[in-house]
Amino acid sequence: MSENTPKGPIRRFLDAPADGVGKTVFVAVTLCLVASMVVSAAAVALRPVQAVNALKDKQTNILQVAGIYDPGADVVEAFQAFEPHVLELANGTFADQFDPATFDDRRAADDPATSIALDDDPAGIGRKGQYVTIYLLRDNSGAIDKVILPIHGYGLWSTLYGFIAIEENGNDIFALQFYEHAETPGLGAEVDNPRWKALWNGKRLADDNGQLQITVAKTQPAAGKEYHIDALAGATLTTAGVDNLVKFWMGEAGFGPFLENLKAGDV
Amino acid sequence: MAQTRREMLIDPMVDNNPITLQVLGICSALAVTSSLQVAFVMAVAVTLVTGFSSMFISMIRSQIPGSIRIIVQMVIIASLVILVDQMLKAYAFEISKTLSVFVGLIITNCIVMGRAEAFAMKNPPVDSFIDGVGNGLGYGLILMLVGVIRELFGSGSLFGVTILETVNNGGWYVPNGLLLLPPSAFFIIGLLIWGFRTWKPAQVEEREYKIQTVEAH
Repeated sequence: MSENTPKGPIRRFLDAPADGVGKTVFVAVTLCLVASMVVSAAAVALRPVQAVNALKDKQTNILQVAGIYDPGADVVEAFQAFEPHVLELANGTFADQFDPATFDDRRAADDPATSIALDDDPAGIGRKGQYVTIYLLRDNSGAIDKVILPIHGYGLWSTLYGFIAIEENGNDIFALQFYEHAETPGLGAEVDNPRWKALWNGKRLADDNGQLQITVAKTQPAAGKEYHIDALAGATLTTAGVDNLVKFWMGEAGFGPFLENLKAGDV
Repeated sequence: MAQTRREMLIDPMVDNNPITLQVLGICSALAVTSSLQVAFVMAVAVTLVTGFSSMFISMIRSQIPGSIRIIVQMVIIASLVILVDQMLKAYAFEISKTLSVFVGLIITNCIVMGRAEAFAMKNPPVDSFIDGVGNGLGYGLILMLVGVIRELFGSGSLFGVTILETVNNGGWYVPNGLLLLPPSAFFIIGLLIWGFRTWKPAQVEEREYKIQTVEAH
């Protein structure tokens, strides 16, 4: 191309020195537009896959805590065994105005209309949702076998989210499992250790007088060893967090009223 | 051209390693090396981001105004990191759960910025891509070395597969808890740098000062 060939406007623009004001603004705006379009396109296109993953992960954890998880089986199909309900915490009854399939516990816990700010907040959660989703597992005769209750609270670095499975008598623990946390690997993250989780099986929440006695600590409480889960070595604050959150959710402010109903056979 | 493409890819492994020679990207190397699986995914993510960000930046390098070049680089890097994060959430959900915070932090990884600013702004796209991938691999190599030591002696396993049965699980091995905490990565990287510089004395930096002898009177 000879020097004299007339150049088009695009060519002239590209050849202009990059440091001019016009060019600077143009590059900044174009780049931001292109980048934001790429990012939003990816986010929108991948959202359905991500939502399926998140749901599947939660369902897998519910299956595991109920002790009926089979790695070979289809999670969605196996999950049909559960009967989900939205529960009103204050009186421990089902709030059937909500559809458990679409009810979002975490959003409800953030929404001032469906949650209350806590003054006495041992679990470190700030706000407590008035409604939560629980899962009932029935045996073949249709009687309740286990109830799976969601629990969460602050450990050392993070909020631990998990489930606790309670037997039909409303007082015996079947299992406890956290599905989301960011505790120190090897120390606090040992809440995921199968051997530690196995300690929960068969423990009791309240003594014969109805007093909540369950304790996660280094030493055994006066109430006896059926209320004691050993602390995690080297994870004092995570242990304290788990202790607090279990006491909170199993107490009056949490699932207390529901467990009373369960014991009375009113569920 | 001073370097062949092969050299561009191989050099950052040992001779010009971003962690042991340039001492960049230490922060994330501390955070993600307590388990090998996480370290591996992080290494792949950083390699991809460094390679493609260098390539894209190099493609538009003559159009980038000097006054906003760092921000332009950041926008490109950040977009790529978000893409990687979204892909992980969609197709490797388990890993993204343990890694999510650190994937976001690739944006601030000095290696990515360093290659963009030092190499991609002055070199053609293909070379920049190779240089970026090479540096990502160099970073990954150190990550894996540190990860092997930390996971094996800290948790008694490699890639989550138990090698040394720990006492907690009924075995004999008492794991070294220090190795699971970030400071241990500092010690291991320090020892690696020592090892590398003993092996390749050319990497030893010149002293900036000389200790003077003072005569007593």
